[in-house]
Amino acid sequence: MRSRGPLGRILGEHPVGTAFVTPYVVFLAAVFAYPLGFAVYMSFHDYFFAAPGAIVDRPFVGFDNYVTVLSDPAVRRAFGNVLVFLVINVPLTVVLSLLLANALNAAIRWRTFFRVSYYVPYVTASVAVVGVWLFLFNSNGLVNSVLGPLAPDPSWLVNSSLAMPTVAIYVTWKQLGFFILLYLAALQNVSKDLYEAASMDGAGRWKSFLNVTVPGVRPATTLVVLLATVTGANLFTEPYLLTGGGGPDGASASPVLIMYQRGIEQGNPDVGSAIGVLLVIGVLLLALIERRFVGKEES
Amino acid sequence: MKVQAGLLAVVLAGSLAACGSGGDGAGDADTAAQARGPITIWYSNNAEEVAWGKQMVAAWNAEHADQKVTAQEIPTGKSSEEVIGAAITAGNAPCLIFNTSPASVSQFQKQGGLVPLDASYIEERSGDVAQQYKSADGKYYQLPWKSNPVMIFYNKKIFAKAGITDPSLKTYDEFLAASRKVVASKAAKFAIYPAPSNEFYQSWFDFYPLYAAESGGKQLVADGKATFASDEGKKVADFWRTMYKEKLASQEKYTGDAFVDGTAAMAVVGPWAIATYKGKVDWGVVPVPTSSGKPADEIHTFSDAKNVAMYSACKNRGTASDVLKFATSKDQDGKFLAATGQMPLRKDVASTYADYFAKNPAYKTFADQASRTVEVPNVPNSITIWQTFRDAYSKSVIFGQEDTGSALDGAAQKVDQLVKQS
Repeated sequence: MRSRGPLGRILGEHPVGTAFVTPYVVFLAAVFAYPLGFAVYMSFHDYFFAAPGAIVDRPFVGFDNYVTVLSDPAVRRAFGNVLVFLVINVPLTVVLSLLLANALNAAIRWRTFFRVSYYVPYVTASVAVVGVWLFLFNSNGLVNSVLGPLAPDPSWLVNSSLAMPTVAIYVTWKQLGFFILLYLAALQNVSKDLYEAASMDGAGRWKSFLNVTVPGVRPATTLVVLLATVTGANLFTEPYLLTGGGGPDGASASPVLIMYQRGIEQGNPDVGSAIGVLLVIGVLLLALIERRFVGKEES
Repeated sequence: MKVQAGLLAVVLAGSLAACGSGGDGAGDADTAAQARGPITIWYSNNAEEVAWGKQMVAAWNAEHADQKVTAQEIPTGKSSEEVIGAAITAGNAPCLIFNTSPASVSQFQKQGGLVPLDASYIEERSGDVAQQYKSADGKYYQLPWKSNPVMIFYNKKIFAKAGITDPSLKTYDEFLAASRKVVASKAAKFAIYPAPSNEFYQSWFDFYPLYAAESGGKQLVADGKATFASDEGKKVADFWRTMYKEKLASQEKYTGDAFVDGTAAMAVVGPWAIATYKGKVDWGVVPVPTSSGKPADEIHTFSDAKNVAMYSACKNRGTASDVLKFATSKDQDGKFLAATGQMPLRKDVASTYADYFAKNPAYKTFADQASRTVEVPNVPNSITIWQTFRDAYSKSVIFGQEDTGSALDGAAQKVDQLVKQS
């Protein structure tokens, strides 16, 4: 083995590779790792933003911010709300995007039109789409007009029991295009031979789907579940705009919305950081559980 | 997880770079107070205020070539207050902002972002009303600039359609009766449409004006204690509860302006809105109601004021101070009134600009009301206090999930604790 100098030891066996990777590592460190570390630091101090040069006292306060957060009913409720959101959003996203991707993968008429149709909400600004949903789901909206006497009272977005499920369905619909795309890519890797073999064994379309397609796209399913969980846990725009700040009465408030209120609006970034750290831990735990169940065969 | 980290990165720690390279900020305060030279100012982004701002800056620059003012609209953000808060932290706030919300002053002050102003000038210009803008340390960190005294606008055509030709909206009973008539006759879908959403500032346009009127001019917090869990506060809450319960006001968010669209027959708003109603609504205006129907000259209301503050990043504070006085002089205040219809927060507006009000009688009512306005309390944790109040109000008054009285009592206890925290 060749002996290497100090520079060689730092750069490793593949200095060109290291050079290529370095910009992204620096980016990750500066934009993600350092702020995350600093957020943890803030959560253990009586921290607030101050003008440069201002003399301010920011003492270490131990777990005080976490105690404040965990004893705040609004925060506890927001975490409960986002759990309800994920329970509806994640399975619905997986099932619908897989079924639709499967349909769009088949040689159907207007295939390109449908593919574009499902993708358009994903690339449209939430602010614009929210206006349409407000029109659809308000008490005199299209949905209630169709439902007639079956329309809920109070209406969807101002109903404590229905507000979060409606938000979950909205987000599922909005994100569907992206997840369909992931599944469409995964479907190209499922060997046609497997379908032929299944057909020879007498499997119909449904059995082929269950026994060939579903296991064949399992890595994509793991990715879809994880991504849907992460984006779902970061829910902000919808409760902020669609339900007017997490209404009614906090029924659709999410941890990130509360984080924004406490951290930015009310000038308590220490409390906001504590919520953020708890959210990161919660999502990590969820992801671990999901990987254990969904990704077990993959591993 | 990257997304999580990124969120925290952007939202909570975005100011780090600025903090790290902070240097000495505005430098020595005494030197800066006398320093003269070019300065930057920000103003609001509505067309009328921009037009006024441009002429004011042009007038100043024409006389002060060595102390040039550069002006721009407040950069876009979720709200002006967040943009200003971020600018303070980053150390790049301008010298003066002609759109500083009184509710945010205590927070900006805590951040070390504001410079105390000349008290004698402020008190001389605004008179007694200035006292509401004084901070806990006895100094002024904001110049009370202009108010938009909130009143009840009504749509004359909708009222006529409902069979109401000469509306009397003085008492809660009269207001409710007119509202019921409007909705029952289907002249409009709702009698009034205050935003039912949960943002901390929404109570300034439903509860607070009526509370100011009912209580004879009390602020939400006075002498370190919440005042709203009183009989007066509960009467106001019960009045609005009735409006929501009988569906005379809507619990649902509205996109657009319900008053302009004819969805609501009335609006709680200040004179800034008159420009937007031009050619669209044939409107009348009355003071906000009280339970006993107090005469108009005894009615207080929410000021909806925006003020001017000087920011600590300012190096040429001598010039900034001069510009502040120039922009709020009798002459410039008159130009501001003419351009925007908003009321300069100075003594005797009605008599000082008698010519304007003779030509624009519709605005005279607001000038009279401007002398009886109530500001948000200038106390620590101001925004948190308003959010606490809004949460309780929303739960009990708008959505009826708790008794209004117990909701106000509970909120008052929390607010008392918040006021005590520094």
